[in-house]
Amino acid sequence: MIAGLLQILLNGAASGGVYALVALGYTLIFSVLGVINFAQGALFSLGGYLTFLLMGGVIGVNGALPGGHLPLALPFWLALLLAAVGTGVAALLVERIAFAPLRRRGAEPLLSLITSLGAGVVLVNLLQILMGAEGYAFPQGAAALAGLPEALLIGGARIRTVQLALLLISAVAVAALTLWLERSRSGQAMRAVAEDPTAATLVGINSAAMVRLAFLLSGMLAGLGGGLIGVSVSLAGPYFGISYGLKGLAVLVLGGLGSVPGAIAGGLLMGLAEALIPSEASGWRDALAFAVLFAVLVVRPSGLLGRRVLEKV
Amino acid sequence: MPDNALLVQMILGALLGLSVYLPMAAGQLSLATPAFYAIGGTLAALMATQGAPQATISLGAVLWEMLLAGALTATLAVLVGLPVLRLRGIYLAIATIALVEIVRVAILNLPFTGGATGIFGIPQPFNHPMGYIALSGGLLALCGWGAQRLESSRLGRAMAAIRDDELATRCMGINTTRVKLTAFVASAVLAGVTGVIAAHYLNTWNARQGSFDVAITTLAFVILGGSRSWLGPVLGGLLLTALPELLRPVGDLRLVLFGLVILLGPVFFPQGLITPTLLEQLGRLQLRRLKR
Repeated sequence: MIAGLLQILLNGAASGGVYALVALGYTLIFSVLGVINFAQGALFSLGGYLTFLLMGGVIGVNGALPGGHLPLALPFWLALLLAAVGTGVAALLVERIAFAPLRRRGAEPLLSLITSLGAGVVLVNLLQILMGAEGYAFPQGAAALAGLPEALLIGGARIRTVQLALLLISAVAVAALTLWLERSRSGQAMRAVAEDPTAATLVGINSAAMVRLAFLLSGMLAGLGGGLIGVSVSLAGPYFGISYGLKGLAVLVLGGLGSVPGAIAGGLLMGLAEALIPSEASGWRDALAFAVLFAVLVVRPSGLLGRRVLEKV
Repeated sequence: MPDNALLVQMILGALLGLSVYLPMAAGQLSLATPAFYAIGGTLAALMATQGAPQATISLGAVLWEMLLAGALTATLAVLVGLPVLRLRGIYLAIATIALVEIVRVAILNLPFTGGATGIFGIPQPFNHPMGYIALSGGLLALCGWGAQRLESSRLGRAMAAIRDDELATRCMGINTTRVKLTAFVASAVLAGVTGVIAAHYLNTWNARQGSFDVAITTLAFVILGGSRSWLGPVLGGLLLTALPELLRPVGDLRLVLFGLVILLGPVFFPQGLITPTLLEQLGRLQLRRLKR
């Protein structure tokens, strides 16, 4: 009984950690630019597929190049890291195409919601053309590939190592990011840009570079999350990232738009809440996040840990 | 010349484009159109397949379904819109995406909506596409007339004012939440009613009809056509529905194409095909003809 509960809690925390990664990706960009990058879910997918390809994964029969694969097969950890970097670069590209031109024109910020959505749609569907719509499973025993045992017994509960790795990596990424934002000089510069880009420029901070850095980091978070989910579950078609991206939005609102601790707490809460849904009602699991989102919007729109922002009147 | 079946789909596309356009005319990005479309279609599918299966249904019954779908979607839109529209624009976009997902999951899991396969054998009110063209075309004409009237009405001007500067509009003593809510409800009703027609026309209905992809395609209608006049989304809907059907070979690229429209449209053609300048020129042309 207790072992079962522990199992549920750990499963919930592991997927919650991934939700937190996605929500943090949104948060980074939101706090700097005040907009949401709707391409985040697509970048998440990209991270998963890049990890798969870098590990020497073979494109399936429905893809554009059936049977094709990269001429290398990297170990999991290296592939994951490189995929994260690759996804970060893709995020920079998204910034270049979907955000920068609008910002330069001083256009309505809401327009960048539309353009980033477009970027996401293009990315996911290009992935679909390249890889086909079918799901991909990582080479069996991904944990073994990483040199770890398949599962551990903790307090009588059988926990998959991948699940633990997922939780651990998310925690490390989140902690590093928080520490960087709070303590380092460049992190402070980032927060200064978030507070007031013009004033930040006046004191010698390169605002444009900080915006690009925010996109790079948020893309890397997405890539990390996509790769981890791919190994722990599978790549369920190019759209798999979109559903994480959408849930990340719910987590974002739950935690409070622009709040880093809020994104983390919201992610963990959401993961736990989903894990506690009994399996008979598992079809409804995907709706829970959005029901929570509505409840938050009605009761407390600033989210759990968000600041109540007074709009200029 | 497009055949009759394609023409029906084009008109339905134009109606959905109008549904996305309405909140946008008040400066609100709502992606809820597929949710209300799915609700309307599901309601029609459920009502029309009650009792013994039949091949045909009276037009009166379909109109009754449209009325009910309108009432249901309007109620839901008020319930959803009221808390969300008080907040900044970004929340509406997020909340409407959430609504689309909730409705999709609900239709997939409810015990009476047929699960993943959906509902089959929805009876037909007409035995020829011409009937559907008349019904949906009539609805489109009615909506176009209404939208044209709206643009020169108090409500329409309030919507345009909110789009330009919400704060200033509120300072003018306009209840901005109510104006935004009205636009959102009108958009929902239009999508719901369109769903009823689509369900009968398609003969089958399932959760996929209201997926997130529909939000993308309908948004592309408005971005391509332009959101400065109701003619924009109508033209965008007609064109972008016809295009992929006429260019069958690009099948796989359809969504990439729509994505590119949404990605590049606001950057390179911020006003879409139907721009205010174009409308002005058309108006001048008309004046000249009247003088002659």
